[in-house]
Amino acid sequence: MESGSLDSYIEIENLTFYRGERLIFDDISVNIPRGKVTAIMGPSGTGKTTLLRLIGGQLKPTRGRVCVDGQDIAKLSRKELYLAREKMGMLFQSGALFSDLTVFENVAFPLRVHTRLPDVMVRDIVLMKLEAVGLRGARDLMPSQLSGGMTRRVALARSIVLDPAMVMYDEPFAGQDPIAMGMLVKLIRLLNDSLGLTSVLVSHDVAESASISDHLIILADGKVIGQGTPSQLKNSDSELVRQFMNGLPDGPVPFHYPAQTFGNDLLNL
Amino acid sequence: MLDQVRSLGRNGLQTLQTLGRSGVFLFFVIFTSQSIRISFPLLVRQLYSVGVLSLVIIIVSGLFIGMVLGLQGYNILVDYGSEQAIGQMVALTLVRELGPVVTALLFAGRAGSALTAEIGLMKATEQLSSMEMMGVDPITRVISPRFWAGFISMPILAMIFSVVGIWGGMMVGVDWLGVYEGSFWANMQASVDFQDDVMNGVIKSIVFGAVCSWIAVFQGYDLVPTSEGISIATTKTVVYSSLAVLGLDFVLTAVMFGGV
Repeated sequence: MESGSLDSYIEIENLTFYRGERLIFDDISVNIPRGKVTAIMGPSGTGKTTLLRLIGGQLKPTRGRVCVDGQDIAKLSRKELYLAREKMGMLFQSGALFSDLTVFENVAFPLRVHTRLPDVMVRDIVLMKLEAVGLRGARDLMPSQLSGGMTRRVALARSIVLDPAMVMYDEPFAGQDPIAMGMLVKLIRLLNDSLGLTSVLVSHDVAESASISDHLIILADGKVIGQGTPSQLKNSDSELVRQFMNGLPDGPVPFHYPAQTFGNDLLNL
Repeated sequence: MLDQVRSLGRNGLQTLQTLGRSGVFLFFVIFTSQSIRISFPLLVRQLYSVGVLSLVIIIVSGLFIGMVLGLQGYNILVDYGSEQAIGQMVALTLVRELGPVVTALLFAGRAGSALTAEIGLMKATEQLSSMEMMGVDPITRVISPRFWAGFISMPILAMIFSVVGIWGGMMVGVDWLGVYEGSFWANMQASVDFQDDVMNGVIKSIVFGAVCSWIAVFQGYDLVPTSEGISIATTKTVVYSSLAVLGLDFVLTAVMFGGV
């Protein structure tokens, strides 16, 4: 299936974004299909996390539009934006758990702020979400007592506690041991399918991302250099895409940071 | 030469930008809309960590400063045979000047730096961002209660400081050095005016409370989220607060006690 014919949840049109003087995105257009797991990949420093922040409305595009579920995020008022965010969950790279609250209270936080549910019900919902990530038994621990993988799973439970329509994952696999990584891969897929979410995943772990996502988007140098299903991309004609997908050390993305020739440098010319 | 002019201009513009940002920030901090049901418990928790936990340092410093004032005052006044005036001297010094100023300096060091570091660490660990993404405004939820807690705590702490200090002065003057207790209190009562002295001291500490809390929360919110950024911002909080307090103290004193 062509990606253009899918029902899109997020539409990014002609997006240009500068951070200070630096051009991060140069007129990119991508669609993120509804109900699928989409992975945004690319070398470090290409602004993958920035793209998530643009989708979440924490940054505003210099030019172009970012539409989530038909709403232009940059045009919303402060109040509408906060309302729209209740339908988005986001898993931060560090987990970003509140260090002064227990695991249980961390997961309960969005419920306590946005709803007036009685405590009994909050408890049931929180236990349900913690059960889904396998940490019901850890509810009384403080975030400082958790391992890295557990922190991310608690954060995941917190990001789905309001039953959002979309969850964004910022580098969910970075710095995880193989067991934790396997668990997260399984959880992301499982949650997406059982809750009917749209998942957007930012990562540079090619193998893991390719194994769970339906749709891949590869960014480099501020442009989209390839998109499609994982198998389409593995056999792509583009040398850059192939270098990235196969993890080759040298290619269109050079191994060396730009410099004068080594000989001149040694002779101090 | 041209480079220096250029960097001067750039620094000037940056300073102005920061000032403007902090002004807009203060506006949002003060005019937040949140129901009492949510904001009151948050405020109480911050009052505890900002105010109640500062009590020990305030009481101990107040006691010693009062005792030193009593001792020094006695040694000077006794040469003129007017050691009964020691009560008046201790009370006026504390209520007008040392109470508000020293409390504000201690507050900047104890509570202000803690506020900056806490908010900065929340920013560095993406807690503020994640709050935003959960549809919760961190200014309402995190910053506002901390600002108001500092604003409310400071005058109360300054009053406690003055009271403890006067008691310390009395211990040294009356109990140790043998000034007659009756004249100690009578002199104080006769010379300390509620409106001119006590209220002006309270107004000072309210101003200092607002300024110190503003600097502390802004430095925390605006810092570069790295460990170096947090250490710079914490230092800035203490330095800027202390300078602002001492400078404003001169201005306020000139307005209150100067032109009469």
